[in-house]
Amino acid sequence: MRALTWHGKHDVRVDTVDDPEILKPRDAIIKITSTAICGSDLHLYDGFIPTMKAGDILGHEFMGEVVETGPKSTLQKGQRVVVPFTIACGSCYHCGKHQYSACDNGNPADNQDIGMELYGQPMSGLFGYSHLTGGYAGGQAEYVRVPFSDVGPIVVPDGLSDDEVLFLSDILPTGWQAAENADIEPGDTVAVWGCGPVGLFAVQSAFLMGAARVIAIDHFPRRLELARKFGAETINFEESKTYEALMEMTGGIGPDAVIDAVGLEAHGFFVDNVVDQIKASLMLGTDRIHSIRQAIVACRKGGRVSMPAVYGGIVDKFPLGAFMEKGLTLKTGQTSVQHYMPGLLNAIVEGKIDTTFLISHRMSLEDAPKGYKMFHDNQNEVTKVVLKPGFDAGTAIAAE
Amino acid sequence: MATAKEDAPPTTSKVREVRDAKTRTVQDAQGSSLIGRTVTINRPRAELYAYWRDFARLPTFMDNVQQVDVLSPKLSHWVVKAPGGRTVEWDARITEEKDGELIAWASTEDADVPNSGRIEFRDAGDRGTIVTATIVYDPPAGLVGKVIAKMLQREPAIQARRDLRRFKQLMETGEVATSSRTRAQLEEEKA
Ligand SMILES: NC(=O)c1ccc[n+]([C@@H]2O[C@H](COP(=O)([O-])OP(=O)(O)OC[C@H]3O[C@@H](n4cnc5c(N)ncnc54)[C@H](O)[C@@H]3O)[C@@H](O)[C@H]2O)c1
Ligand SMILES: [Zn+2]
Ligand SMILES: [Zn+2]
Repeated sequence: MRALTWHGKHDVRVDTVDDPEILKPRDAIIKITSTAICGSDLHLYDGFIPTMKAGDILGHEFMGEVVETGPKSTLQKGQRVVVPFTIACGSCYHCGKHQYSACDNGNPADNQDIGMELYGQPMSGLFGYSHLTGGYAGGQAEYVRVPFSDVGPIVVPDGLSDDEVLFLSDILPTGWQAAENADIEPGDTVAVWGCGPVGLFAVQSAFLMGAARVIAIDHFPRRLELARKFGAETINFEESKTYEALMEMTGGIGPDAVIDAVGLEAHGFFVDNVVDQIKASLMLGTDRIHSIRQAIVACRKGGRVSMPAVYGGIVDKFPLGAFMEKGLTLKTGQTSVQHYMPGLLNAIVEGKIDTTFLISHRMSLEDAPKGYKMFHDNQNEVTKVVLKPGFDAGTAIAAE
Repeated sequence: MATAKEDAPPTTSKVREVRDAKTRTVQDAQGSSLIGRTVTINRPRAELYAYWRDFARLPTFMDNVQQVDVLSPKLSHWVVKAPGGRTVEWDARITEEKDGELIAWASTEDADVPNSGRIEFRDAGDRGTIVTATIVYDPPAGLVGKVIAKMLQREPAIQARRDLRRFKQLMETGEVATSSRTRAQLEEEKA
């Protein structure tokens, strides 16, 4: 089959590799019909994530048709399914509590050692996202092997297009969980850092959960425009001072809840990188500030911090004092996609959540390297790239 | 004999005498290096015990064990993988056994890699069963030791931790997780 493979920093290629096979009783093989490039994939593209190996197949946002099933899979050939990016067994203690992204068993035993060393506990398995999270082949390919297929994939009713449901695999549940983790109360003002897919879905979700106002922060005009379409007020951090603007816009109180949907890509994953960029004492008023730091400082006293954004290591200059003195609460984590999928599928069917607005480009799997480059170089115009293995090479469709 | 004035397991002690005292509780201890590893498995105690007690099934989750032949209710023969397609072998005897609770073993005198230990199962309420492996072995030393360490491919402590995780996966999910994509890759991973 053809598959998008990683070879190093800014080097991804479409290669011919062996087709996946059923290896365990609960497996299924899915023929991919749509797969997206994610903001998280850019972390891999930029070479920020350790434990990648040349030839690894990327992609954790995908859907398709069931073409083969193991004896213990509950799926049937021909069904259309969306697959969660988190690989969860459904039967461990954490899965029992619906903490699917903390599943004990999704990550092969040998790979769990790295997580033990780095984080004190092994990470769960994820598709197409380094060997730290299992080394599973991803879905930016013609076919993918899906373990625990009786637990993860959700069957999509006919009549819904791929574009409408594809984002159930990651970013829609991630935006939703981000808003849920902000413990929004009716009438709240919520500030969201980052208007990428995750931030934009967090904006929509926050309103659905009763927020009176949502203030979205980014520097790309087109992304800010999308946030405004959903009713958010916006701050362009290149044109205004974020902290000062937030204080003025909230009557000097600060947002009741803050959501960091930016993450490690923003201004460097590595500590020294960040330290360089921090203005000496106050850590305020500069666009080079790490988003989580700014969110904590801006949050009102007794407020809530939600952090869907991905961080990988140890950070310096974390405003622990502000966090303690203001009595804040922080919730975070990889998304427990399986927990949110059924409810969000319903919300899509009922027209409560709009998903297709996000897609700026559709192209063939063969053109994936071009898609990565575009997404990386032009975040203003390119909000989401969807790859279609069914398209002929060179067929690119840009939205309107 | 040193007595602990705290509740931390002796296998985690920094004090040599505390560890040695624990080592002596393993019957017919084959060596002086002590490893303790605990995992919680979301299945009933009796079920886990029964699976483990049938030694012939251990290679399903013990990656470096190629085959275990049960010779008699107390005696088994172990074939363990070594590099270059070779193997090391030994006989192990059950030294203690309590239905549903514990199994202890020790290798017989002529073993290539002397080892001994016990596996214990305790109820953990709605979390299932706490499984603790205590292993006592001869630390590889000198040239011979290095060869043996190489034969075992991995440090026994890491091997034990991984084996317990695979046991947990098998018991909780019915399969041992793999990220291989093809049968050929899976075979390679197992080799
Ligand atoms: N928790 C999870 O399970 C999960 C799942 C998916 C994605 N993520 C993470 O969520 C984050 C966002 O994902 P995405 O796909 O939306 O990424 P993205 O890169 O498309 O969007 C990030 C946005 O943040 C903006 N930004 C950069 N610095 C900023 C700053 N200082 N203040 C405000 N905005 C700033 C960028 O301009 C960009 O528009 C990433 O870290 C991603 O890895 C987490
Ligand atoms: Zn993603
Ligand atoms: Zn699980």
